[in-house]
Amino acid sequence: MGFLDIRDVTKFYGQTEVLHRINISIEEDEFLVLVGPSGCGKSTLLNMIAGLESITSGEVSIRGRVINGVHPSQRNIAMVFQSYALYPNMTVGKNITFGLEMHGVSRHEREEALLDVAKLLQIDHLLDRKPGQLSGGQRQRVAMGRALVRKPDVFLFDEPLSNLDAKLRVDMRTEIKKLHEKLKTTIVYVTHDQIEAMTLSTRIAVLEQGHIQQLGTPQEIYNTPANVFVGRFMGSPAMNVIPARVAVQEGVPFACVTDSGDGEQLLRFSQANLAGWDGREILLGIRPEAITDPEGADRGSTNVVSLRNRIGVTEPAGSDTFVTMTLGGIDVTARMRADVNVCRGDTVDLAFNMDKAVAFDPETEKRIES
Amino acid sequence: MGSAAQDTAVHTGRVARTFIYLVLLLFALFYLLPFLVMLINSVKPLSEITSGNMLALPAVWTIEPWLSAWSTAQIGVEPTGLKPYFVNSLLMVVPAVAISTILGALNGYVLTKWRFRGDGILFGLMLFSCFIPFQIVLIPMARTLGILGMAGSTPGLVLVHVVYGLGFTTLFFRNYYAAFPTELVRAAMIDGAGFFKIFWRIMLPVSGPIMVVSIIWQFTNIWNDFLFGASFADLDSMPMTVALNNLVNSSTGVKEYNVHFAGAIIAALPTLVVYVVAGRYFVRGLMAGSVKG
Repeated sequence: MGFLDIRDVTKFYGQTEVLHRINISIEEDEFLVLVGPSGCGKSTLLNMIAGLESITSGEVSIRGRVINGVHPSQRNIAMVFQSYALYPNMTVGKNITFGLEMHGVSRHEREEALLDVAKLLQIDHLLDRKPGQLSGGQRQRVAMGRALVRKPDVFLFDEPLSNLDAKLRVDMRTEIKKLHEKLKTTIVYVTHDQIEAMTLSTRIAVLEQGHIQQLGTPQEIYNTPANVFVGRFMGSPAMNVIPARVAVQEGVPFACVTDSGDGEQLLRFSQANLAGWDGREILLGIRPEAITDPEGADRGSTNVVSLRNRIGVTEPAGSDTFVTMTLGGIDVTARMRADVNVCRGDTVDLAFNMDKAVAFDPETEKRIES
Repeated sequence: MGSAAQDTAVHTGRVARTFIYLVLLLFALFYLLPFLVMLINSVKPLSEITSGNMLALPAVWTIEPWLSAWSTAQIGVEPTGLKPYFVNSLLMVVPAVAISTILGALNGYVLTKWRFRGDGILFGLMLFSCFIPFQIVLIPMARTLGILGMAGSTPGLVLVHVVYGLGFTTLFFRNYYAAFPTELVRAAMIDGAGFFKIFWRIMLPVSGPIMVVSIIWQFTNIWNDFLFGASFADLDSMPMTVALNNLVNSSTGVKEYNVHFAGAIIAALPTLVVYVVAGRYFVRGLMAGSVKG
């Protein structure tokens, strides 16, 4: 049994089931990120842990205590909201200590706790200001301070960075990560940003349409996505999912794909157990960074396959150049080195790192286990 | 209206601008004319009025009509002046405004932040009460006051005005709180604040503008109300408006126009004061409430 257990939890709004039998067990000090597109139910799940939404069926427990129906303030949780939800009429100091005051903590202890947290978050010079006088980043810190000061069992974050500009978002992301490593707290964090999910979490739960699509470490999610949805959702640019046919030659499986000239090209699989799939259609999942120019190919890979193809659009992004081409009848993105010299219409050699390729069943869209 | 107000005016030349101000000034003066006549005639001896010169400035300045209207004029049968009725009106208007505003705020808070099944219908019904004409409720209200044993008393009048004003105050606060972020209420819940703590510590401190709107609206309506006062008040709870009517309509003796003018100004003074003190927040609050809802 974990520290925070979510067992068979469902949620109905009237007749509509928005969460289907969710099971997640979170260990102490874990950083779990719930990620998914909007409307997938991730915020609803977080609100159910917080006690702001009722649980239709199933159980949520913290430290072995079932908290269904327990008032939010009695669950020993703290939450950071997307809009920060700072009380506009109170000073920063009051904002942070309001929860302690409501729990009957003495003034003296409140002052002490406030100073600790303010020092930790470097907001000690702001304590007498009102939220309206703070910048976005400062408000974010105050909101975290308000959560930290209560020393809760579980921290809940509801898309806390989505109101910040791009630069600040990256800084605060790093800071949240540092804070987690320093304080060793248990965190459940909701976001729709897959990069936040990858960088912050110790484990990720990918949700879509009220189902957990996959629950695992960032590496598992990224390298072995459970299905096409997870593969496409995690990673930017998205994973290429190319229609292909399996051809087994002398026991070795290959993926047959049509190139831009309508010719057939063979890509040898590294590990996929596709013996039973000979002659059948599959979906070949391969990330843009696994398709490179030959010089940029991963030297550690055991199976780099070369393929010639004509290039469509090139998009220099500074650190890399993204190249789009047609393969298997769809647009495929490759990630080449920044200074690579290719132009629209060129036919060039590409290096496919097939160690990183996965195969999906086109019927179920699930990954074929290797 | 503050530096935050957007400059939406069309820019015009100096000549056009002068012309606009002149016209506006003219209209303003014209609009103030009746008040000016009242003021002038309230500080004249009666003889100057009856000699037919209503618009001239007084030849002899006197505050006698004001003193008479306040404390000695004949109201109905008693020569008490308006003073006791002014006090009656205050005793009625202060609790009625306070109670209806607080209840309206609570209603708005519940209707937006503690939603329940059928809250939309309930709000619709309360809104409907804003459109019920005074006359329709007279008889049921008289009956109700009789049953409650509050007929002819100041508390009875307070009840009538609270009930009648609740629709408006609820509307004001509901629309204002609809734009208030619900995440704040949720944060306060997690922080451990209960229903009333959240209302008192989180909602009310930011309700200033709509509070002003509600107070002005309720104060002017209740203070100026004549029908309920005339219908439900006894002699010892009669509000100012009814007393003023009695002063002006006293059938015995000469009509003391200067006293009537002074009395009318006295009756209008409190609403005037409220507008001057809080008026600039009025439009701001109305606008804030009307953005969402």
